[in-house]
Amino acid sequence: MSGARRRHPLLPNLDDDFVGRMLRKVGAATVEDLFSDIPAGVKLGRPLRLPEGGSEYAVRREVQARLRQNKTPPETLCFLGGGVWPHYVPAAVESITSRQEFYTSYTPYQAEVSQGVLQALFEYQSLMCDLLGMEACNGSLYDWASAAGEAVRMVGRVTGRNKVLLGGNIGPQRRGVIRTYIEPMGMTLETVDFDRATGKMDSEDLKKKLSEDVACLYFENPNYFGVIEDEAPEVTSLVHRSGALVVAGVDPISLSLIREPGAYGADISVGEGQPLGIPMNYGGPHLGIFAVKDIKLARSMPGRLIGLTTPVADQQRKAFAMVLQAREQHIRREGAMSNVCTNQSLMAIAAASYLSLLGKDGFRRLGEAIIANSHFAAKRLSRIDGVVSPHFKGAFFKEFVVSYKKAKAESVFGRLAKRGVLAGSPTHREVGSQSGLYCVTEVHTRDDIEALATALEEAV
Amino acid sequence: MRRESLNLPELSELQVLRHFNRLSQMNFSVELGMYPLGSCTMKYNPKVSEMIASSDAMKGAHPLQPAATVQGILSIFYDLERALCEITGMHRFSLSTAAGAQGELAGVLMIRKHLAEHGGGGRDEILVPDSAHGTNPASAAMAGFKVVKVPSGADGQVKASKVKELSSEKTAGMMFTVPNTLGLFEGEVKEVCDAVHAAGGLMYYDGANMNALLGRARPGDMGFDIVHLNLHKTFATPHGGGGPGAGPVGATRRLADYLPVPVVAKGKTGYSLDYGLRHSIGPLKGFIGNSAVLLRAYIYIRLLGASGLKDVSSMAVLAANYLWKSLDPEAFPASHEAGLLRKHEAVVSVKGELPGSAMTVAKAILDLGMHAPTVYFPLIVSEALMIEPTESEPEEMLDEYAEALNSIYAKMKDGTLGPVPKNTSVGKVDEVKASHPLTLRVHW
Repeated sequence: MSGARRRHPLLPNLDDDFVGRMLRKVGAATVEDLFSDIPAGVKLGRPLRLPEGGSEYAVRREVQARLRQNKTPPETLCFLGGGVWPHYVPAAVESITSRQEFYTSYTPYQAEVSQGVLQALFEYQSLMCDLLGMEACNGSLYDWASAAGEAVRMVGRVTGRNKVLLGGNIGPQRRGVIRTYIEPMGMTLETVDFDRATGKMDSEDLKKKLSEDVACLYFENPNYFGVIEDEAPEVTSLVHRSGALVVAGVDPISLSLIREPGAYGADISVGEGQPLGIPMNYGGPHLGIFAVKDIKLARSMPGRLIGLTTPVADQQRKAFAMVLQAREQHIRREGAMSNVCTNQSLMAIAAASYLSLLGKDGFRRLGEAIIANSHFAAKRLSRIDGVVSPHFKGAFFKEFVVSYKKAKAESVFGRLAKRGVLAGSPTHREVGSQSGLYCVTEVHTRDDIEALATALEEAV
Repeated sequence: MRRESLNLPELSELQVLRHFNRLSQMNFSVELGMYPLGSCTMKYNPKVSEMIASSDAMKGAHPLQPAATVQGILSIFYDLERALCEITGMHRFSLSTAAGAQGELAGVLMIRKHLAEHGGGGRDEILVPDSAHGTNPASAAMAGFKVVKVPSGADGQVKASKVKELSSEKTAGMMFTVPNTLGLFEGEVKEVCDAVHAAGGLMYYDGANMNALLGRARPGDMGFDIVHLNLHKTFATPHGGGGPGAGPVGATRRLADYLPVPVVAKGKTGYSLDYGLRHSIGPLKGFIGNSAVLLRAYIYIRLLGASGLKDVSSMAVLAANYLWKSLDPEAFPASHEAGLLRKHEAVVSVKGELPGSAMTVAKAILDLGMHAPTVYFPLIVSEALMIEPTESEPEEMLDEYAEALNSIYAKMKDGTLGPVPKNTSVGKVDEVKASHPLTLRVHW
């Protein structure tokens, strides 16, 4: 701290006069002395080998120039899905999530000065419960995959059983994360096959695999192929008869038209809230949805829960607070339901405002627009030589698998990208090396779909 | 399978904006006032990071895009990873973990897998100091370990002799926070690492408090094998009212292959994501990581640079000690060793230690437009106030905060404080009633 003043916009006390005064009160002679408790053997005796800092302007220019190398909409067309999807984020949602009161606050530990976040999260929980047909939804988890991992762990705790059945048509990202999450619990995974023609779960195979040691079935609806599991009610009663629980993974925007998991008997619903007003953000932050049907199960849930209460001195007024905290790590430590501390609150606020903005009618009409666009696109692609679209016969929502008679999916994927169209992420592990996944939503115009078709014609 | 009914509100855009804007006005934030919530804390989040992160080139990128079409963000990830390695003395980082707690889970899973592959599968105990954050024992338990609590010494620090005594052929490793939650640098950290290594275990560094050590000391040089960082606290990313965060996890060369996938790779054709680490514990998040948070951390590192980051730790530690020394020591006695320097934060008790007195202080300071310290943590300090002002707060704000705490105590002592809080959007919230919820949603 020798030499001239060098105050920095982020470091208000970096000034010889300030530092001098402050050191006197602390009783240290120099700033170096403040670190005299670090033993010499572990002190870093050299400057960090990093570039020196830049001005706000210089950094902004450098980082923006690098980001511009990304190929993204509107210059590039994106028809990718698989668990993150291109949807429109209304300006009003961005306005709300850009409020610094929301984004520069911490977890609402002091309820009296955090009623804004607490009430917004409570509204999120309520809206999600309605959308999912569930009774208790937590304040969010990291993303769909980790929510699925937590759900399967919870089922292990609740049932004491150790086998998990996974649909063979769930997303590979969820499969991978579930495996990582349950490995230490000694739980095992078994895959339920899917019907090669429809893309739906094979209920005969499910029957064969159900047994007394099965804790739950995890399946997705719509599944990874975009196909709607319209036999979900039969599937859940089959699973329940064997004493196991049902965990359903959903794309919340599909629930504008498709029956909600609570209505077909799911015990736990998880899903990806990203379509509800959250940008794709190259992988995150997104929104892990986690909800249970039976409020009694809430006590075994991971994550923050917001509840309704009153001020101590005014029983007539509403107030909000974090509840059932005895489940959580900061109280229960090694006995906690999960180690989750930070969640995705800001994203939950985005989802709450998104659903409030669209409303019942707007949300349903959005679903109709999506399904009309995706079916139009699937049909358009089917007119291309060497292309089977959709590959599966089952009814689909916004995604569908396309297969190529002669071309490899990897090469089609690369060739489309070179033409400025991001589409057809390979589904080789699930379907075969000559098929890819396509996603069409409300953001795609007829011209966009025509451009996709033209590019695919050249790519196959 | 058609949905029969859907119950969503029908509102105009203006009504929705009014509602959420009103809610936001009922919420404290770091841009409204000082937020010295020890261990968690909020420092200023530079506006330029928000500006850049909101560009279409970031928001519109899909995680499954071919690498050739996302070289911009991948090159930033690569540079961020190199910077985090240099700052911590690790060999490689995975940026995929979505929060500090997920980074912890990754770390203990890595310990578990490494031991299992090296004949240490029977080691099922993790040592955790009694001053540790709750996430440490919770993460260890999630990874299937038994937690062995290490009592802190009378000076608030972990003793290598105690660690030796508790280590055995059952020891898988230890999770260790340096500086610890009392704000103290762990003077025997090197000896503790040596003791656990000698017993055959691995050392995990909880980087929650790395903001105190930037450019001063590195966990890699102390002997740690695995590190996680909380980007919001050290690298000024926002916290969104509870999240999102990001908790990258790093490892030495020996353990780098166990990191969660994906990691960023640089090759002849440019940058890419590598899912093929040979011994990886697997993925913990569906897609890549909280990329927009990672981007903000990179921007912060670029704004400060090598000497600026060192200034950050200097100013954070100066502010913590200054604020602590500005408190009335009669009212707020230090938790341990008043003669020792603090690092990022200081922990004091409320004198008299009457049950509930820390809570009263916390609620009273809310009335003055400032956020409360963390209360009742660490658990080993009675009526604890844990205060972490950060480098963002100017001297005069630190003076104001200390003055506020001192005068609150004086009023408590002479019985003139009255019920608190009274200036907040609601009065003291009934959390006892809240803990027996009949409903966790509203019906309309």
